[in-house]
Amino acid sequence: MSVRSRLNLVIVQALIISLMLALTGRLFYLQVAAGLKYQDAALSIQSRDVVNPAIRGAIVDSSGIPLAMDRPGMVISVDRSVVDKLPDKGSAVIARVAKLVGKVPENIFIATRLCGEVKAQQYAGCWKGTRFQPIPVTRTATKEQALKVLENSDLFPGITALSVPVRSYPSMAGENAAHVLGYVGSVNEGDLLDSSKNYYREETIGKDGLEFQYDEYLRGRAGIKTVIVDRKESVIKQAVSTQPVSGFNLVTNLDVRLQAATEKALETSVLRARSLGNRADGGAAIVMDVNSGKILALASYPTYDPNIWQVGLTAKQAKYLFSDAAGVPVLSRPMQGMYAPASTFKAISVVAAMSANYDMKASYKCPAAVQIGNREFKNFEAKSQGTINMKRAIAVSCDTIWYQIAYDQWVKDGGLSPKSGLHDYFFTAARGFGLGKITGIDLPSEASGRLPDRQWKESFYQQNKNFYCNFKTRAKKSDLTPYLIEIARENCIDGNVLRAGDAVNFSIGQGDTLLTPIQMTQVYSVIANGGTIYQPQVARAVVKSNGEVVQEFLPKVMATEVLPKKSVTFLHEALRAVVTEGTAAGVFSGFPVNVAGKTGTAQDLGNNKDGSAKGDTAWFASFAPVKNPKYAVVMVVSQGGFGASVSAVGVKDIYAALFGVVDGKVDPTQEIFPNGVPSKLPKVDPKNAKLVKP
Amino acid sequence: MSIYSQRKRRDRFRENFGQFDRMLTFSVGALLIIGTLLVYAATRNWFAAQDLDPQYYLKRHVVNILIGGLLAYLTTLIDYRLLRAYTPIVWGLAVLGLIIVLIPGLGSKINGSKAWISFPGGFQIQPAELAKIAIIVGISMILAEKRDKDANPTDQDVLKALAIAAVPIALILVQPDLGTVVIISAAILAIIGTSGAPTRWVVGLLILAVIGGFVAVQTGVVDKYQVARLQSFVDPTADPQATGYQLRQSRITIGSGGIIGKGLFNGPQTNGRFVPEQQTDFIFTVAGEELGFLGSGFILLCFTLFFLRAFAIARRTNDLFGRLVCVGVIAWFAFQTFENIGMTMGLVPMTGVPLPFISYGGSSMFANLIGLGLIQNVHLRTR
Repeated sequence: MSVRSRLNLVIVQALIISLMLALTGRLFYLQVAAGLKYQDAALSIQSRDVVNPAIRGAIVDSSGIPLAMDRPGMVISVDRSVVDKLPDKGSAVIARVAKLVGKVPENIFIATRLCGEVKAQQYAGCWKGTRFQPIPVTRTATKEQALKVLENSDLFPGITALSVPVRSYPSMAGENAAHVLGYVGSVNEGDLLDSSKNYYREETIGKDGLEFQYDEYLRGRAGIKTVIVDRKESVIKQAVSTQPVSGFNLVTNLDVRLQAATEKALETSVLRARSLGNRADGGAAIVMDVNSGKILALASYPTYDPNIWQVGLTAKQAKYLFSDAAGVPVLSRPMQGMYAPASTFKAISVVAAMSANYDMKASYKCPAAVQIGNREFKNFEAKSQGTINMKRAIAVSCDTIWYQIAYDQWVKDGGLSPKSGLHDYFFTAARGFGLGKITGIDLPSEASGRLPDRQWKESFYQQNKNFYCNFKTRAKKSDLTPYLIEIARENCIDGNVLRAGDAVNFSIGQGDTLLTPIQMTQVYSVIANGGTIYQPQVARAVVKSNGEVVQEFLPKVMATEVLPKKSVTFLHEALRAVVTEGTAAGVFSGFPVNVAGKTGTAQDLGNNKDGSAKGDTAWFASFAPVKNPKYAVVMVVSQGGFGASVSAVGVKDIYAALFGVVDGKVDPTQEIFPNGVPSKLPKVDPKNAKLVKP
Repeated sequence: MSIYSQRKRRDRFRENFGQFDRMLTFSVGALLIIGTLLVYAATRNWFAAQDLDPQYYLKRHVVNILIGGLLAYLTTLIDYRLLRAYTPIVWGLAVLGLIIVLIPGLGSKINGSKAWISFPGGFQIQPAELAKIAIIVGISMILAEKRDKDANPTDQDVLKALAIAAVPIALILVQPDLGTVVIISAAILAIIGTSGAPTRWVVGLLILAVIGGFVAVQTGVVDKYQVARLQSFVDPTADPQATGYQLRQSRITIGSGGIIGKGLFNGPQTNGRFVPEQQTDFIFTVAGEELGFLGSGFILLCFTLFFLRAFAIARRTNDLFGRLVCVGVIAWFAFQTFENIGMTMGLVPMTGVPLPFISYGGSSMFANLIGLGLIQNVHLRTR
């Protein structure tokens, strides 16, 4: 044989051995080097977690009355792994189920299809889970329907009836509380991607309000059954299983009776404002314990039925929640509504004036208007009150006194070219009350209002400089009036400087000043308790079903002694005078509780969506009793008109419920907290809780 | 029966079997035993779940091995040099079979390939397996014939050999079964190379194979499903539900076996039948998952020992025909093993070829064992 033949034989041999070595190398990589990665991959192919959601904890009021709780609901489900194996692929069974629960068979059929199995236009109804978990066709089955399924398993193969928890709102005192409670809903893709949370797709989680804020406590721990499946998703064996652990109960500082009364008073006020010819597109009312920051009631108008989230939001309901015409019911006005505070702000201006050494006992001129620069700032309704003392000025809500003081102080601080070592008494006083930032209430999405101080002016100017300096090209045609063009020109030149008009407007809570109702409540709380800022707190404690306390939320002091003693004494007297002899005297005449407060009727220079000018914001901010104050009560009605006739009346209704005022007298048996705001935790047994009527 | 006749029988047995190359017998024996267990592991749960006999495949596989073993034994009985006389008959039968599979109604299409002749009773044969033997023996015969001991084949001889191979290859291409064509081409190249034919032939044929493959894909001679297989090899996400799915599952299944495996009959991927065709083309995934790196590495070791031993026999023989037959069979087994295992591990594109001695399937088992018989035959006649 030739040499070439022998040589080639060796080459062929070497080639073939190298093929085998290549295989060995690859095998080593797959099984040894990358083995763990592939073991994980295999596990995720073979195993499926069947999630059994836990019972969600209840939310109860300070006496243990449930505001939200899980109730047993009856769910009828279709098990595809059984139904698909029937000779007719389950069409007869599905028709029977449809007849039983009173639905169209076609809808049940689509409801039990995976979304990959249906046409694109049927996506709305398809099942978004997997094939091997029971697919619910109704959650509101009756006991009779469930029994029919369970007793006739030969007629209903693969159909199960099971009781599942459904969130319900007992509304035992007629309260709604939708905005405080928030709502629960299914986990969405965004929640699943949140690495800080460990949600399962099948779980129900808090989406807003207390349900969101305290979700970690309320949700409990879902039970997980891990099963091993084959390629066709049929279960080969069960691997591990953990039982669900119920969520904890949340005790709040709310009182269902007071909540119901507050909601009622707010709604009545809004309707009254409307009957007086105002637009009154919404409002808020808050009751707070001034000595602890406990939120006793918190209402927002307009509201909605919290049950709509549970049954599944229809397109119509979703539209209503965000509808402008309906006043955007989903908006939680106590924390998210921002309104100019107007005269209610004068309580803060008093503190500013006192730090600037104005004598509160002295008399000041209250003319019909004050000329500042080239503008005339008018008193409310352009009425002159003559020369009056400061207490009287607060009671009758004189504006011109404040214009003069604010202007004088602005000039002292250097006017348009501010000096170093600014006093800025008004801004300092506002900041002292904690304004300019959120109160920190334990509810989501709180707005911080707007404190238009020098810093704010500067940053606002930086953002809008380009617009003002190019006003003629950037603005709408209809805005090109000589007056607006002149304002734009001024703003372009020195829009970053605090002008006299800004300082003057701030002193009466107008201009760019905005507060949320919860901020207002905090301000009057601080005045009432003499200078302590408490963080508003809705939650009281987290407890287990056996009563064991998981966590207690004690009053949280944010700052103390923010007010000089002198100013507290003066403010109590002056704000009481508002109610006895001032703007709210008519409303509270003959009212047996000694309320102190301040009306506010704020101008809003904005426009509604339909182009009409916005109506005045009606405020009443108050506390009571004036000696040893216990409660702060604030109500605001947006575009509601006068503070006195709209909001003060509403606040009076709330006090009437709170103190048990019947026929102009306090009836102690009707008082909501005859022994003060509860300090002890209630017994929590939502299923058997009974409401005690005051 | 007398003691004498018993002893005589034993002697004859020793004469017949004792002279076989032990290493070859043992390595193939080990592969056959492992293969039997794997076929059973791949099918028992699947059939039991459908209330069918879980040992259905096991029994048939054992029968295939017994028939194949008998064929191998018969192959060793006559001097391989005399086999040349039968080669035209085998070649003729193979070509006839390959024509029959293409006739509608007679051939049956499985996985996109018309490669099978179905007989009543679920019995099927694959003529391409027979063609492999016919081609290897046929071209070895032509390239080794009428020659002085040290003369190399001429261009004419090579052309003749290629002509013999061309007919069945063309028929297999029409099926189409690209995997088998690659295997046969590799065997032909190895034989021509070893025959001492001019090197330009080897180089030329290699270049031709590359160009041919490229043109086939470009002009659409190759079926769509084969292009899909190729694409899913390059990008496994291209076709996630079909071919890409198979390749990904296959890799995961092998990788999840780790070093020691999940244990025979205990592979969740295998028992869940996540990999299709796991008793035939994808049987190596069962080994990978259940026997781990140790077990599947042992399978590779058995193949390697088999090849080394067969090469030793090829080197030892002074007969060019015997050597070429050995090299042809080795190249066939080696490429088929490489294609099959490489495919399950994502090393080469997907082709539908079974793993020699391991996969379930009658025709392939018979052909493999006849191939073994041929090498043993050369070994027996080398003295």
